[in-house]
Amino acid sequence: MPDESMKKTIMVALAVCIACSVLVSTAAVSLQGIQKENIALDRIRNILIAADLPAEGKDIRKVYENNIEPRMIDLTTGRVVDDKKIIERLDIERFNIPAAAGDPDFGRNIPGDRDIAGIKRMPRYMVIYFMRNKEKSGKVILPVYGKGLWSTMYGLIALADDLKTVTGFTFYAHAETPGLGGEVDNPKWKESWKGKQVLDSEGNVSIRVVKGRVDNSRPEAMSRVDGLSGATITSRGVENLLHFWLGEQGYGPLLNRLREGLYG
Amino acid sequence: MGKYKNALLGPLLEENPIAIQILGICSALAVTTKLETALVMSMAVIFVMAFSSFFVSVIRNQIPGSIRIIVEMAIIASLVIVVDQLLKAYAYQTSKQLSVFVGLIITNCIVLGRTEAVALKKPPDISFLDAIGNGMGYSLVLLIVAFFRELLGSGKLFGMTVLNLQAEGGWYHPNGLFLLAPSGFIIVGLLIWALKTYDKDLIEEE
Repeated sequence: MPDESMKKTIMVALAVCIACSVLVSTAAVSLQGIQKENIALDRIRNILIAADLPAEGKDIRKVYENNIEPRMIDLTTGRVVDDKKIIERLDIERFNIPAAAGDPDFGRNIPGDRDIAGIKRMPRYMVIYFMRNKEKSGKVILPVYGKGLWSTMYGLIALADDLKTVTGFTFYAHAETPGLGGEVDNPKWKESWKGKQVLDSEGNVSIRVVKGRVDNSRPEAMSRVDGLSGATITSRGVENLLHFWLGEQGYGPLLNRLREGLYG
Repeated sequence: MGKYKNALLGPLLEENPIAIQILGICSALAVTTKLETALVMSMAVIFVMAFSSFFVSVIRNQIPGSIRIIVEMAIIASLVIVVDQLLKAYAYQTSKQLSVFVGLIITNCIVLGRTEAVALKKPPDISFLDAIGNGMGYSLVLLIVAFFRELLGSGKLFGMTVLNLQAEGGWYHPNGLFLLAPSGFIIVGLLIWALKTYDKDLIEEE
């Protein structure tokens, strides 16, 4: 029988704790480099998918560096942020949307009646991506996010030179029902967004995700996208988050500036 | 050699942790919409079980009864964190899909169940094999459930299209129910029924 004395109990507890913490910290520290690299590559891969550039293989970092130019913008004015302090604290390469939105200095509450994307808080600043190779792909990639059925869905939408036509759309993080709402990351569905008009000629958000299939004979078909079958709420969530982010509260000011030919 | 073989292979069918002992059901429902996630989850559980049972068994004569559960949990939790870190480093995409469920291996009753029932009483070699056996029994059920759920729910196996979907010009109309948790229950239920019909000795006395 093991010794049940107080001294022995504390000794065993201590020994187990030390052994376990050594094991855990060794694993965490020694694997940290690879994990950070994975997260960075994953981020790059998603941006390349939205940009419709090859996102596989070893040289994706190079493809990214040659084609994509990240910029931090102030959402309320649409201008590029030049305040060194803000850039330093938010770090363009590691910009984390939920962290920035939750931060008391860098995020703000959205009034309930305007919060169509269901996100409650949003960051004041956002990192967006300009595409250098414009004739091949689009012009600008904008991060968007909003509530689906179960989860907040994070995506990237790429717009063409006219700032209306979608050239790429992808969701990189969500927890919708696999096979139903989870189909937001289905490549075929993403493909169906290409060429659609998200804004009308006056700059209002006109995109709708419709139930069933889009009737291509109708004039508004260019701004209609097939809904996901069995996923009404997720589909509506996608529509809502685009209306929020492409509207006045989101990238409206930025899009206005870009339309006038001003870069940030 | 009989007892070693029995410790390793018994839990596959006659003492299957999910089908007969009805343990670890929750994760069997959560990670089985795809074979790939089920397989990675299975390997993670086998790893955690094997080594937690082994280490607990090695120090079983030193563990005071008053803190034995806490000691077991500390060992299990540490191993789970190690597995989680390894997955994040070497199988990043799958670990994103498994998300919180790797961490929840800590609460998988099979793991603590085996350390309590076997590792605390038996020598390391038997405990190690018993844990691997139970881990494989768990994995077997997970893979069977995932096979049906992925095939019928999305027409795929390991992400490869097997049944051509209507939406993509084929003939198969996927059954969305198989992608939701209740279908996991139904398949586990059918498995238990099949197993107990096959071997009448497994039916409990009224």
